[in-house]
Amino acid sequence: MTFRFLPLSLLAVFGLAVAADVNYPLDAPAPDGRRPGGTITQEFTPPPLRDEENKDLRRERNYPEQPPTIPHAIRGYAVDKNANKCLSCHSREASARTQAPMISITHFGDRDGQVLAAVAPRRYFCTQCHVPQHDAKPLVENQFKNIDDLLYRENPATGKQN
Amino acid sequence: MKSLMAMLKRYWGVLRRPSVHYSLGVLTLGGFIAGIIFWGGFNTALEATNTEAFCISCHEMESNVYVEIKDTIHYTNRSGVRATCPDCHVPHEWTDKIARKMQASKEVWGKIFGTINTREKFLEKRRELAEHEWARLKANDSLECRNCHDFDFMDFTRQSPRAAQFHSTALAKGEATCIDCHKGIAHRLPDMQGVPGW
Repeated sequence: MTFRFLPLSLLAVFGLAVAADVNYPLDAPAPDGRRPGGTITQEFTPPPLRDEENKDLRRERNYPEQPPTIPHAIRGYAVDKNANKCLSCHSREASARTQAPMISITHFGDRDGQVLAAVAPRRYFCTQCHVPQHDAKPLVENQFKNIDDLLYRENPATGKQN
Repeated sequence: MKSLMAMLKRYWGVLRRPSVHYSLGVLTLGGFIAGIIFWGGFNTALEATNTEAFCISCHEMESNVYVEIKDTIHYTNRSGVRATCPDCHVPHEWTDKIARKMQASKEVWGKIFGTINTREKFLEKRRELAEHEWARLKANDSLECRNCHDFDFMDFTRQSPRAAQFHSTALAKGEATCIDCHKGIAHRLPDMQGVPGW
């Protein structure tokens, strides 16, 4: 019983000794990213939570293959083994009744290009790709240029400026 | 059997005979006061079983469904108005309430014999239990929802466009009731295979 903690405490002492030796700060400054300033152990007041945008207006896609963002709130939507709330409107069967956009044809195939009759398991978890948006200032600056901008820069005669 | 009949007959005789010792006033007033006490006691006991604290005094409720509602808008939200278990699961009208309470005797049976006393048993039975609730709410036109969410006072201009679209058509015409679309809003869903609309 007495010796059970001996290796642990020895390890702790050793670790501290090493840490002190290399003069490495245990409380390192955090990388300036989503959480600028301060050190790793410092706690900041988090920014206020924002509501999900709920305007039901489709947003422009930045490139054709971009999974469309969700233009409505999805709080409490079940997407699991038992139920998929998204598909209760966006599935092939439901989209006529609900007038919600049907999930695209790309969702009906496996990775070998084999066409399936129902949603492929790898496309079942909607929020892996599709996410709602918040009315908030981006946490990091984004210099993404969409394809129209790039085409315009390549050849101002053919490309159209966005 | 014979002695039992004789005993019943004797008591019937006692009940039929006019009182010798007590005045009519004592009997009527006493009966009245005793009635108040009994009725009050009955209702108090009934109300005691109509509280969340009572519901989650069983671990079946506390560690399954109660945990699940805690994430949802009916438990925590910006204004702090919340629904407790009986708000949705027990009718508010007296006769319906008594009917539901009589049904609940089956739940006492389940508690005693441990029908859902493990997580596995509960998950196994969840679809059946959920279907009971869906059927009940479908049959009474989602009465327990409407106790708070009154259609007459819904402001479609304050709803999101798709919410307004469905509420102003299917719900307004009575083609659909709340539970038809709003399943699994307070608890996790069972396997929804074969449920219409899923």
